[in-house]
Amino acid sequence: MKSLRFVVPLVVFAALAIFLAVGLTRDPREIPSPFIGKPAPAFKLERLHDSSQSFSPQEMKGKVWMLNVWASWCVSCRVEHPVLVEFSKRNAVPIVGLDYKDKREDGLQWLARFGNPYSLSAFDAEGRVAIDYGVYGAPETFVIDKEGVIRYKQIGPVTPEALEEKILPLLKSLGA
Amino acid sequence: MRRLALALMFVAGLAFGQASEIAHPDPVVEARLKALAEELRCLVCQNQTIADSNAALALDLRNEIREQISQGKSDDEIRAYMVARYGDFVLYRPPWKATTVLLWVGPFALLALGIAILYMNVRRRRAPAPEAPGGERPSRTEVESLLKD
Repeated sequence: MKSLRFVVPLVVFAALAIFLAVGLTRDPREIPSPFIGKPAPAFKLERLHDSSQSFSPQEMKGKVWMLNVWASWCVSCRVEHPVLVEFSKRNAVPIVGLDYKDKREDGLQWLARFGNPYSLSAFDAEGRVAIDYGVYGAPETFVIDKEGVIRYKQIGPVTPEALEEKILPLLKSLGA
Repeated sequence: MRRLALALMFVAGLAFGQASEIAHPDPVVEARLKALAEELRCLVCQNQTIADSNAALALDLRNEIREQISQGKSDDEIRAYMVARYGDFVLYRPPWKATTVLLWVGPFALLALGIAILYMNVRRRRAPAPEAPGGERPSRTEVESLLKD
């Protein structure tokens, strides 16, 4: 009975320490997307480079593709951009940009200046499509499979590590 | 006095500035929006509701809710729309399901445990103390004679 006096607080402390240690490894800003495994929401938007043409995800049926939410005002997008430009040179999958709450001139200028990794960019001036995709900050990147189902979501910049360790193996398994 | 009036006008201006988030607010829609927005978490400024937050995303989400209200959607439908996009995390009042049982029951379980421990401790202390050493208790006359000295 006496030894319990020491064991009980020790066990309680150990449990607390384990919970806190696990908590430290998690990023509270990363909210798991409920979209994984669900069909990508349909939309129809003007293209950034040509407002007379539209884009809708149905056009990508039968292809594995990536949807990258970006904006000229977005600082982290600048960080991510060279990674995407480099990746696009491999021609692994088409990357579709979603220019989020931007001005058309600013978006075009940004791409002209830093390079354009996108096969095309859709222009989401009001951010309504982004909300439909559960976007809460740029950049965010979705990997969408041949059936139009969202398979992965990268919140924040696509880093070379995320690309090599998560996205590329996934693309391979999806038959890209 | 004039200064006070000016100050009041300034404060009133601020208040109006907040109210005129859209051009012609409909009081019925705004009331429903407020009730809903106060239960939804702002994703970029966590620990604030989308009613409180000035973040651009919170404004967009408020406008989205306004539009859905004017389309005649029910509160539950709008909540479901948000959960489908951002997960249960957007709800300040999380639903009752397997993954949230600990969240809902945990505090009460801890409270019950605390009460149980307290009860056991109190009972143990209330148990009659063992007889003090020293054998016989002094009789009343003995005590009185001692007190007289």
